[in-house]
Amino acid sequence: MAPSDHRRPYKRPAISDQQRRRDHSLLRQAQNRLDAQQRARCLASSILSLENPETDSVPDLDSTTGQEQSEVPPKEFDVRQASKLRGVEARRWFARQLMLPEWMIDVPDRLSRDWYVFARPAGKRCFVVSSNGATVSRLRNGSILHRFPSALPSGSRSRDASGTSQSYSIMDCIFHEPDQTYYVIDILCWRGYSLYDCSAEFRFFWLNSKLAESGACGPPSQYHRYRFSLIPVYNCDHNGLSAAYMGAVPYVKDGLLFYNKEAKYQTGNTPLALVWKDENCSQYVIDTDNQGNIPIQQQEHKISIDCLSKERDKMRSIYLPNSDILSLYIWNANRMKWVVLELQDDGKLNTSDDPPVAFGCLDSDFVHKSGLHSGNLLRFSIGDNGLSFMEERLDKADLCYIGKSNRARAFADSYSKIVFQHMVRHSPLKMDDFLSSITSSDDQENQLNDIEMTG
Amino acid sequence: MAMEVTQILLNAQAVDGAVRKHAEENLKQFQEQNLSSFLLSLAGELANEEKPAESRKLAGLILKNALDAKEQNRKYELVQRWLALDGSVKVQIKTFLLKTLSSPGIDARSTASQVIAKVAGVELPQKQWHELIGTLLSNIHQLPAHSKQATLETLGYICEEVSPDVVDQDHVNKILTAVVQGMNSSETNNEVRLAATRALYNALGFTQVNFSNDMERDYIMRVVCEATLSPEVKIRQAAFECLVAISSTYYEKLAPYIKDIFDITAKAVKEDEEPVALQAMEFWSSICDEEIDILEEYGGDFSADSEIPCFYFIKQALPVLVPMLLETLLKQGEDQDQDEGAWNIAMAGGTCLGLVARTVGDDIIQLVMPFVEFNITKHDWRQREAATYAFGSILEGPSPEKLVPLVKVALQFMLAALMKDPNNHVKDTTAWTIGRMFEFLHGSTLDTSVITPSNCQEIITVLLHSMKDVPNVAEKACGALYFLAQGYADMGPSASPLTPYFQDILKTLYDVTRREDAGESRLLTAAYETLNEVVRCSTDETAPMVIQLLPLILRELHLSLESQKFSSDERDKQNELQGLLCGCLQVIIQKLGSSEATKQVFLQLADQMMSLFLRVFGSKSATAHEEAMLAIGALAYAAGSSFEKYMPEFYRYLEMGLQNFEDYQVCAITVGVVGDLCRALEDKVSPYCDGIMTHLLKDLSSNQLHRSVKPPIFSCFGDIALAIGEIFEKYLVYVMPMIQTAAELSVHTSGGDDDMSEYTNSLRNGILEGYSGIFQGFKGSSKTQLLMPYAHRILQFLDNLYMEKDMDDQAMKTAIGVLGDLADTLGSGAATLIQNSVSSKEFLSECLSSDDSMLKESAEWANMTISRAISF
Repeated sequence: MAPSDHRRPYKRPAISDQQRRRDHSLLRQAQNRLDAQQRARCLASSILSLENPETDSVPDLDSTTGQEQSEVPPKEFDVRQASKLRGVEARRWFARQLMLPEWMIDVPDRLSRDWYVFARPAGKRCFVVSSNGATVSRLRNGSILHRFPSALPSGSRSRDASGTSQSYSIMDCIFHEPDQTYYVIDILCWRGYSLYDCSAEFRFFWLNSKLAESGACGPPSQYHRYRFSLIPVYNCDHNGLSAAYMGAVPYVKDGLLFYNKEAKYQTGNTPLALVWKDENCSQYVIDTDNQGNIPIQQQEHKISIDCLSKERDKMRSIYLPNSDILSLYIWNANRMKWVVLELQDDGKLNTSDDPPVAFGCLDSDFVHKSGLHSGNLLRFSIGDNGLSFMEERLDKADLCYIGKSNRARAFADSYSKIVFQHMVRHSPLKMDDFLSSITSSDDQENQLNDIEMTG
Repeated sequence: MAMEVTQILLNAQAVDGAVRKHAEENLKQFQEQNLSSFLLSLAGELANEEKPAESRKLAGLILKNALDAKEQNRKYELVQRWLALDGSVKVQIKTFLLKTLSSPGIDARSTASQVIAKVAGVELPQKQWHELIGTLLSNIHQLPAHSKQATLETLGYICEEVSPDVVDQDHVNKILTAVVQGMNSSETNNEVRLAATRALYNALGFTQVNFSNDMERDYIMRVVCEATLSPEVKIRQAAFECLVAISSTYYEKLAPYIKDIFDITAKAVKEDEEPVALQAMEFWSSICDEEIDILEEYGGDFSADSEIPCFYFIKQALPVLVPMLLETLLKQGEDQDQDEGAWNIAMAGGTCLGLVARTVGDDIIQLVMPFVEFNITKHDWRQREAATYAFGSILEGPSPEKLVPLVKVALQFMLAALMKDPNNHVKDTTAWTIGRMFEFLHGSTLDTSVITPSNCQEIITVLLHSMKDVPNVAEKACGALYFLAQGYADMGPSASPLTPYFQDILKTLYDVTRREDAGESRLLTAAYETLNEVVRCSTDETAPMVIQLLPLILRELHLSLESQKFSSDERDKQNELQGLLCGCLQVIIQKLGSSEATKQVFLQLADQMMSLFLRVFGSKSATAHEEAMLAIGALAYAAGSSFEKYMPEFYRYLEMGLQNFEDYQVCAITVGVVGDLCRALEDKVSPYCDGIMTHLLKDLSSNQLHRSVKPPIFSCFGDIALAIGEIFEKYLVYVMPMIQTAAELSVHTSGGDDDMSEYTNSLRNGILEGYSGIFQGFKGSSKTQLLMPYAHRILQFLDNLYMEKDMDDQAMKTAIGVLGDLADTLGSGAATLIQNSVSSKEFLSECLSSDDSMLKESAEWANMTISRAISF
């Protein structure tokens, strides 16, 4: 029963700095734990891994689903690991992370029911990552376009973005120079939550609800250097297609993108996203180089001089499926754009598809003399004989070697791109083809409906 | 034998250390040989009027210590030991104790009172010794004064010792009647009256029922108020202590008495001796505490359903209360700022004024400002100091709109005073006031700050100048700079207004830490704390200067570790310094580690840092260990996998930390560092995991370890599993049953008080984080099937938690995450279990529609993994 001491603190701060340090540490550790958890959650699930049959207790597991799953490239998507990569490695790594639409070389079935369409903005396709108080955009080849603060989650060190949060968000964007805006075409990760395995339908829904909420669509400010913008996405019916094709948008159009509604985000080439262009909705129908420039006469001329060297007889190859026979043709300048293919150990020239399509084969002697190595990206022009198809499959390609590809280039061309480019020059797929495909299927559905209604 | 005990007890208090030690050993032996007879002879010694006062008192104290200990486990053991004693021995001991209450020796009586209360503390909750209170009260009126005093004192101690629910209301009424009668002015013996007044102080927790009865309450209040007028100073002081206790326990019952209480407290504050005046003042501080709590809780809106209404006593008393308080400010002690232990009426008055300002806000300004203006320029330092202290005290509470214009003017004046005033006390208070201006009226949350580009340079110049002043002034100047820097901490990456002065600030603070007299007035601590805050708000531009600071701090730590200190006082100071240096290094590591560029630079010094930290563990100081451990955690986080090379050497200190039950803070921090190591080293931590896991499991099963360390240990299991993946397999058989047991307990231990439910939720959260980490750690391995047997219980745990409806936000978020992790890792194999759980339905859908975006996102994720698990 000692007298109680009612002494109160006098001229002292209420919280000791030591307690602050302790609290900071606990906060940091809790945040790090959360991040580690979220990273773990972003890793691909093992449920369907085929090496692990005991978990696959469902006997009638759809084999095609399983196969599809095994073909998906590893999605061990750790941005912070990747950010430690430098130079070529970094570019390679990032280059593999984008979903690359195939070029539309024929009209998919059920276009109006299963697909979305939207007008692709002209500009640089890139990959925007916000984490740890900064936002970085990387081009398709992995090189950095901008490093900037943004209103995306953890995208700046502003007060309310809670600097401690290191969760990250990843978006697939096109940077549109004229209005300095990032147009978001897809979302991969939001606040550390992976959306890779979600359908396009869900991803677009998520994107629409989350992006505006984050404030990233607002005008630029000190903590938000570039505006982000959503793109109107339409169901690929008659109206949607017309709206995407002809509707006014605040950006310069560069073709139309078609996304299958059920498709997951699959890195690399995928037939479930398609790109199509014509001269009405793109100024770049004929393929451009990396800077968006159309290859000009002078360059080709220069190349043609290179190619008139004494080696020229060996510089032509002809593609014959399953054949190692090389035959060389005279390269005809001024005829067509080039294609980029990747040289293999055995001299084969492959596209970037998975599995790759071989477009030809180089003589090993030539490979040595030219100082070429497996993995080099090489440029070829398509010769007079062009590409010939048999039963809708490539039968023969007339290729002429030009030289090594631009160093910034990370990939060979895809099969669909080469074929699309070829078609554009010979028998292009037209808007009318889509519309008629839709109309015919609509007619069928309407007929069905009519029958039901009368019945 | 009895003779022998007396001598041993006297020897145990001998001046000669050897004699003392021998006697202590004898006592210990005796106790170990025969506890009953040992305790009985102690009680007999205490009760024996023939024995010397010294041996009787010590006998009583040893008896008391045989019944109670500070440490919870030890206490439990002692209680069990007493309860197991032979009944007749206990009866004999108790008889001796009660008999001693009527001893003429005051020490023997008082010691017996305390021992009786301890026995009551053990036995009453067990429904034993029920007759105690009846026995004490049976003939209290016939007792001689000294016995009556001892009996009342005993009742007071009993009320302090036992919780109200073990004393029935009938006994409470009897105790209260006896106590209030003893307090009454008709009681002529001051010792009796004092004992009664102090007993009432302890009994107030028992008197809820009596305070609800108007007549009884009126009577108690009248007696207490009368006692404040007693001629005996101790009785007046004790009576005011009762009023203070009543103000917080029965705030809502005070309205009818507040006017009278104001009159008697005002009189006491003005005229009475300081100990009494301080208690009288404390009554008003305590009322402020109550009203601040109430107003904070209800946001100022008194609504019908709030539990305790605010009676606005302070607001009503304001016109008389404030002048009373201001008057006390002029009664400063001569050197109170140099004296750490000082507490006088002026200090209490200013403190109370600060609380009043927080209670009433803007209303205080017009009442205080005339006093400030009148006194601030006077020749007498007391007037200048009082004016400054008054102004500084009211800076928290009123609105910035009202304060900023005043403070802008005052700041200029105070900066000049800090440079020029001849009196140290005035300068001390001035620097403190400037610090308060920055604490409350500067920072990114305010529209206008009192610091502007035009006065920033002057402020910093003056503060840096004052850091060379006498230690107590320099300490306050450091404090002011601390808040100045803190206000800029949230500015973001843009250029900081501090940048031009950054180098000067660092240099001056570093110089302060090296002052010969830095040990006085807490200056050393203040200088390092301010240095830390300045480092925290460094920017990309100023980071190079922080980098330059690093080797200097390392050198200080090195020097301190090298120097030999012999006296324990010097060693304490050395340990304190090492703790501060490690703290500073921790802040530097965190700051420089947050940007890739600076991280690479400072990591070049990692070897050196690490070897110094490890040497700090050589000291005995828990604080220094704690700080070094925190710094190592920060270093591991920054260094990532390259921290591996330090593990062989560091590991034994890690083990040491995990086994430090006594300084549980060190243990808790070490557990956190294990998490840091897991994230930094990932699977490279696995060679150390056998040892770490063993210690963690031991920690969990220990009764001695403070409970607050246990939740983080469960989270730590998750960290380890996440880092080493399927290697965790070998620990599953130990870990899972332990988590499961804790999980089941954590579902049902809720429903206690706020502390308990907060603890329960933190335990749940730890458990859930543990589960999350384990599931995610096994994901993708071939061993996921090993987790399948636990799935059912885990889902049941989630269901139970959900149905208890008392999870906090954090636990809820983690819980729904575990549901997702389970589905993610176990997939289709657990589909049926998941579909049968409540969690996957009601709980999930509740979370999906939550307004909390984080919770919603966790739920959306769980939803995704579940639908995936179910669809295949």
